[in-house]
Amino acid sequence: MALPEGWEMVVGLEVHTELRTATKMFCGCANVFGAEANTNVCPVCLGLPGSLPVLNERAVSMAMAIGMALHATIAPSTFHRKNYFYPDMPKDFQISQYDLPINSGGYLDLPDGSRVRIERAHLEEDTGKSTHLGVSGRIHGADRSLVDYNRSGVPLVEIVSGPDIRSAAQARLYASELRAVLIATGASDGRMEEGSMRIDANVSVRRSGEPFGTRCEIKNLNSLRSLHRAIEFEAQRQVKLIESGGVVRQETRHWDETVGATSTMRVKEEAEDYRYFREPDLVDLAPSAAWQQRVADALGPMPAERRAAVVALLGEVSDAQRDAIDVVIDLGLERFVHATHAAGGDVAVALARVANELAAAGDVSKLTEDAFVATVAMEAGGQLSATQAKTILADLLASGGEPRAVAAARGFEQLSADSLGGIVSALIDANPDEWSRFRDGDDKLAQFFIGLVMRETKGRANGKAVIAELHARR
Amino acid sequence: MNATTMAERVRRGEIAATALAEESLRAIRARNEELNVFLHVDEDGALATAARVDDAVARGEDPGRLAGVPIALKDNLCQVGIPTTCSSRILEGWRPPYSATVVERLLDAGAVPMGKTNLDEFAMGSSTETSAFGPTRNPLDPSRVPGGSSGGSAAAVAAAMTPLALGSDTGGSIRQPAALCGIVGVKPTYGLVSRYGLIAFASSLDQIGPFATDVADAALLLEVIAGHDPMDSTSLPEPAPSLVAHLGDGVAGRRIGLVRELLDGADEAIVASVRRAASVLEAAGATVVELSIPELHLGLSAYYLIAPAEASSNLARYDGVRYGLRINDEDVTAMNEATRTAGFGAEVKRRIMLGTYALSAGYYDAYYGQALKVRTQMRDAFRRAYRDVDMLLGATTPSVAFTFGSKTNDPMAMYLSDVFTIPTNLAGEAALSVPFGRGEADLPTGVQLLGPGRSEARLLAAAKVLEDAERG
Amino acid sequence: MSGLTRAEVAHVAKLARLRLSDEELDLFTVQLARILDHAADMQSLDLTGVVATAHPYDLINVVREDVVRPSLDRDAVLAAAPDAEDGCFAVPRIMGEES
Ligand SMILES: [Mg+2]
Ligand SMILES: [Zn+2]
Repeated sequence: MALPEGWEMVVGLEVHTELRTATKMFCGCANVFGAEANTNVCPVCLGLPGSLPVLNERAVSMAMAIGMALHATIAPSTFHRKNYFYPDMPKDFQISQYDLPINSGGYLDLPDGSRVRIERAHLEEDTGKSTHLGVSGRIHGADRSLVDYNRSGVPLVEIVSGPDIRSAAQARLYASELRAVLIATGASDGRMEEGSMRIDANVSVRRSGEPFGTRCEIKNLNSLRSLHRAIEFEAQRQVKLIESGGVVRQETRHWDETVGATSTMRVKEEAEDYRYFREPDLVDLAPSAAWQQRVADALGPMPAERRAAVVALLGEVSDAQRDAIDVVIDLGLERFVHATHAAGGDVAVALARVANELAAAGDVSKLTEDAFVATVAMEAGGQLSATQAKTILADLLASGGEPRAVAAARGFEQLSADSLGGIVSALIDANPDEWSRFRDGDDKLAQFFIGLVMRETKGRANGKAVIAELHARR
Repeated sequence: MNATTMAERVRRGEIAATALAEESLRAIRARNEELNVFLHVDEDGALATAARVDDAVARGEDPGRLAGVPIALKDNLCQVGIPTTCSSRILEGWRPPYSATVVERLLDAGAVPMGKTNLDEFAMGSSTETSAFGPTRNPLDPSRVPGGSSGGSAAAVAAAMTPLALGSDTGGSIRQPAALCGIVGVKPTYGLVSRYGLIAFASSLDQIGPFATDVADAALLLEVIAGHDPMDSTSLPEPAPSLVAHLGDGVAGRRIGLVRELLDGADEAIVASVRRAASVLEAAGATVVELSIPELHLGLSAYYLIAPAEASSNLARYDGVRYGLRINDEDVTAMNEATRTAGFGAEVKRRIMLGTYALSAGYYDAYYGQALKVRTQMRDAFRRAYRDVDMLLGATTPSVAFTFGSKTNDPMAMYLSDVFTIPTNLAGEAALSVPFGRGEADLPTGVQLLGPGRSEARLLAAAKVLEDAERG
Repeated sequence: MSGLTRAEVAHVAKLARLRLSDEELDLFTVQLARILDHAADMQSLDLTGVVATAHPYDLINVVREDVVRPSLDRDAVLAAAPDAEDGCFAVPRIMGEES
């Protein structure tokens, strides 16, 4: 759904990411998602009279890690108060960075070869959260709201891109690549569904070659799909509006996922006056060279490089494998693939197991690389069926151990070549028609025989070994 | 008996902390109705705290340097479970779930908090007349104000209800009432005393400090509450200075600047007190030079933009959502407005309005931005002066305690009563007021000693010289 | 003269979430103008090149370790709330944007 001929969209994204610190930005309350309402609150994050903020060192380190990953300049910075009333915001101001952010200037290279400039990536605090009671459960039409301040004061980094994005697809690619980078820095878990990464999109359109048009800001897009659809809709809306003689108003718009449309939330007016001034309760931030070096030293390679390293092990890569690699990189689990390669094992099998079984497990701390490599080798070598290998991995992930011992305990003793041969011969005798068609070159019939063997052996046989037996008798 | 002696005798087991607490309660009961000093008297808490001190003494443990000494707390300091109002309707009935760092330190030192004292609403005022709970009267002359904003704390000490009190000083709110009530008041260096648990008026100017009947007690109390606090990012990292040990240092060899701008417009009697203080200091071995710091004239203008600007933001949180007053209305915005309109008094509204204006788009550079630059000039001017002299001398206030209502109709006239104290807050430095001489109606006059950051020991030693001379 | 207008004062009151009666509006306009006029001495100064002082001291990098400390008891927190429901602070309907 491209824009009409001669039109171009101009998009910049503001991405808010929550940092994965143990505590909030300015107090020692736990930074966790999903706790019971108002249980992680204290005088500071409730904005009680007399309380004062003290900056979380790790939040600063994580912000610098993000800056470094985005090739930004880290500079001495200050905190400001952004003043406006909102019940989710306990002090009725937000502590944020204003004219001197910790990170400025930088870029992100996307997998399609394009580059998007990063204007700034600054620290700020999150607000609490309200639930709207009433018919719709949404803010409009609610007659009462309930406020939970557990999220109040959670550290955020706001990453502002340049107006460099020219399509909804590119916006989506930028967001997903940025998400992968944020996860790789260890600063974010990238969980958009939990709100730990939230996106505002600034969208304008222009006829090619003309100056930028008036932009609208679409607030709080919380999935890559919404981002893509909302930008596409908004750009089309603006073009239609202009082509029909209308004028785009600068405003904040809301994306309704079910309707599939944006609508006006708030028209920008002069009433928006945040009265920014330096936060007098915090001092300036000027991370030393040593501090910056510690952060740099702890920063591993970024996703693009890590993806390339896995691709290099595989040579040709299918689309499915490309998706699998993305999953493995997001979760930081490629060490299992590399270990398999180093041991001369089957990298494709290893990739599939990591992207599926390990990814699903969440916690992989009990599984050693050696145990994983050995499991893959047993599967690739025909000692285990795929089903058996998955079962063993599940056991190893849950309780650790060594695959041979687990296989023995499960009774996954390998079928001897003799007994498999006997079973195959008996099944050939019992199914003469299918066997003759296989003999005449219909390879599809191999699956038929594998199915029979599996039923006979209750899944203990290895598919490749069965095929070998069939070919030996052809 | 001063606080220092009280604590020594309690530690030696010569008097019981409970007896001191009861005596303090009697003194409070005797005059509180007349003077309106305490907004809340924590009788049970005080007696329980005192009993714990006595138990510690009985067990042979050290109960601390302020063992059993009754102390009054300005009602903008949080003490867990004790009503804390800032003398505002908007916080009426609020009991903080935590204590200020200074309160913790007092309790660790064995002091006995007796209750919360009256102040100008949110510490905005110079007479305690803006309190939503009625003004405090000056114990020396109940027809007059005790000064402000820490008027209740100053009056508690002047009326001998407690030998010690804590106040806060944003533009003179300790020194001015100390001068008007004839006691000692210290505005410590910014960052010397933790602000954690002090309900903010203007964060970059606020500082907690002691009231006492004499210089030694002020030094002791300041020593107990000073020192780094990890809960306050603006807390100075260095260890607390030693003050009591230096009380006898005198002023021999010191160079002291008598500042012309800190006498301009003061009553004749006050000017006379300051000049007499200068000769006493010279007689004690100091060299006094008269000097001028013209930048001080700009202090008032800068202060009345910076302090309201910070206050407008600090007081935004009183919105009816989480604590304190709520006046319901049809939606949140209307509820916020109704609550704030009903909960704040006129002076607080005036300053919120002024500060909001000074920060708003289009006016920031002309007002707030310019004020911050003047602040730089103020700080530099003081620093230049301190290259030549060890401390400065001037009046604390232009006049003695004034009568009720004499300045309430003209905000600017009220603001001018802080003209000599404000520059120190802008510079973040130290100053104190020590009673010296008498003025109109035989009321006490205060002399102000000012010094660079962390010069409290030097200032207290000089104040001790004046106090000794005055007491003969 | 600062030239402060009644309309500006009304606008500022709105920003600050205060309602002023007509008389208060008149009075504040006069009083605030007087204070701003007093600040004119400062406004006329040429302070180009002078650095603004927001903090009295030049402390930097005051940070705390990322270590969890106990939070407050919820019941105690909500006991202070003007209105609470379901473990939350309750407020009348919110007009305007979602955060
Ligand atoms: Mg932001
Ligand atoms: Zn907290």
